[in-house]
Amino acid sequence: MAVGAQAEPAALDADALIDDPRTRIIVCCGSGGVGKTTTAAALGLRAAERGRDAVVLTVDPARRLAQSMGLTELDNIPRPVPGADTAAGGTLHAMMLDMKRTFDEIVEAHADPDRARQIFANPFYKSLSSSFSGTQEYMAMEKLGQLRQSDEWDLIIVDTPPSRSALDFLDAPKRLGRFLDGRLIKILTAPAKAGGRAYLRLLGAGFGMFTGVVTKVLGAQVLKDMQTFVTAFDAVFGGFQERAEQTYRLLQTQGTAFVVVAAPERDALREASYFVERLDRERMPLAGLVLNRVHRSALPELSAARSLAAAETLAQGRTGSAAAEPAEGRGLTEAALRLHADRMRTIARERRLREHFTSAHPAIAVAEVPAQPEDVHDLAALRRIGAALGGGSAEAGD
Amino acid sequence: MHTPPRARDSDWEGVRLHVVTGKGGTGKTTAAAALALGLASGGRKVLLIEVEGRQGIAQLFDVPPLPYEERKVAVAPGGGDVFALVVDPEEALLDYLAMFYNLRQAGRALTRLGVMDFATTIAPGLRDVLLTGKATEAVRRRDKRTGRFVYDAVVMDAPPTGRITRFLNVNTEVAGIARVGPIRNHADAVMKVIGSPQTAVHFVTLLEDMPAQETLDGIEELRAAGLPAGGIIVNMVRSPLLSDDDMAAAAGGGVDTARLVLGLKAAGLDEPERTAEGLSAELVGHARRVALERNVREVLERAGLPCYELPLLPDDMDLAGLYRLAGELREQEAA
Repeated sequence: MAVGAQAEPAALDADALIDDPRTRIIVCCGSGGVGKTTTAAALGLRAAERGRDAVVLTVDPARRLAQSMGLTELDNIPRPVPGADTAAGGTLHAMMLDMKRTFDEIVEAHADPDRARQIFANPFYKSLSSSFSGTQEYMAMEKLGQLRQSDEWDLIIVDTPPSRSALDFLDAPKRLGRFLDGRLIKILTAPAKAGGRAYLRLLGAGFGMFTGVVTKVLGAQVLKDMQTFVTAFDAVFGGFQERAEQTYRLLQTQGTAFVVVAAPERDALREASYFVERLDRERMPLAGLVLNRVHRSALPELSAARSLAAAETLAQGRTGSAAAEPAEGRGLTEAALRLHADRMRTIARERRLREHFTSAHPAIAVAEVPAQPEDVHDLAALRRIGAALGGGSAEAGD
Repeated sequence: MHTPPRARDSDWEGVRLHVVTGKGGTGKTTAAAALALGLASGGRKVLLIEVEGRQGIAQLFDVPPLPYEERKVAVAPGGGDVFALVVDPEEALLDYLAMFYNLRQAGRALTRLGVMDFATTIAPGLRDVLLTGKATEAVRRRDKRTGRFVYDAVVMDAPPTGRITRFLNVNTEVAGIARVGPIRNHADAVMKVIGSPQTAVHFVTLLEDMPAQETLDGIEELRAAGLPAGGIIVNMVRSPLLSDDDMAAAAGGGVDTARLVLGLKAAGLDEPERTAEGLSAELVGHARRVALERNVREVLERAGLPCYELPLLPDDMDLAGLYRLAGELREQEAA
């Protein structure tokens, strides 16, 4: 039984969410290290085993978790997950995002072969497609749009990239757009277009000043590369922006549900708070919060204080004048009581953090997943987590 | 007045730039802050640098959000100072333009046009060379009057393990845009510090499979790039309370509840049988976790780096906790 089951806000019922055929997309988001990928995988497995045709799109999963789903390489192709129980008529596929390939494909789709070659060879494109911090987010959304459009799966579960901050994921498409659109393009393409120069004059900045700075600091080759890049990209970019907007609108529709994932730690819950507020502002449909790694006790009625006091009594008995008494079981019991006291303090801290969150966001439904005694890297463990999310009682672990 | 530091026992004597990395959720920022406090203790002056704009340092030290400016955030035990700096790449670029080219005005104009944003975000490696450049500049900075180093050490709360090698290996990264010229020279100057014995890259991990595996992969990648691996800081370690025999028995599911009942009776607790059952279940879970942690520890030792352990604190991380962790790092001679 959960400790502190009173003062419970609405419980997030993951089964109702995944069983509802209108749910077509679930986006798992949250800060790094809170178990986003695990949650996405567990939801996917449970949905498939309850009859959905589900696909899990992961971004950079831990190796052993990926292996548990039969994924061995980044290849952008959804693969069937071996071991998923298909008795209920569902299926489970999983794929790892290859962000560079996804980007290349978009360029190929929007540019003629000559221009595409030019873009691929440009150092700015190489950087943008492989290491720009927003690209992964953007490409995850792009891939999501593609999967949705293909209509091969009736439920897509996306695990968002481990962003620098939770907000990157919503901002990335716009940020990318800002670079590839607007003023900068006009400036960089100025030598080619008379309009660019006029635009600079309007801003009171001379083109000479701009090229002067860039050439001085970066060198003339860089300026040339930058210009080639934006000129080549300019032609491709219209399609880009349009697609980003489409995906954005797709996220706002009824069929999408956001699940914010957190661990009962201060930083993770603070990020979760930001996320909840942001999703609300952007009118994104939020299903609730998944709180991973929550500690439980098999003995909630024995408080930390009483447990510690009892441990002290035993410790004194061992060293004090009463040492003549039989010591049988004292060492073991003292250790057990101290462990229990630590656990109760941890539980109390986690509850405080959770209450802090729910009092700020009383309308947000919450599902708790107990801390597992062992790391999650097989389907059985994913199934246990799925059961906890679905409201079934999962084994209280560590 | 800043007095020269006393000599002390530390595994990292001679290291002036400590780069702290780790998988998300391992407590990288906390470890970096504790290391800075530990290094500063006994009258030293240490700069703690944040590069990902999260304001994690301000939250830890319980001070208002930090600007792009070196500010004192804490006094270390025995009278040292910890300064903190949040590096913003755009500001760093403006700095750089002003410092080397007297181009601050032009820089501001370019900021309005979004050029700075563009340059620091997508020009390959430029962002990283600006961030690492700021850290190495602080490492090399000397007092104009005395000629002494301004900081005895610089600690950087760096990007996570998965990105650390690319982040530090600025030389290779800027090669894409600048084969010659000032940026290239700047990168070379940065590499002179980062690739030298003056720098150590520490990995923060937990005793769990995923962070440990990522740590080993990160160390391998770092070594392949010829960069100096430092130590492994194992965070949130539980202290072993059980004897080895009891631990082994519990891990196998065989807790002797009769002994617990006796002990509970001696402690004067009610309902000893029922309580013993509950405690026994918790002991089994604990012992399994500890057994797993032991395996992970062995895996980590394969990296052949010094390992330091920070205890799991039962309460929220606060300043008192941070000082305690700093003390642990001192005792284990990590600082």
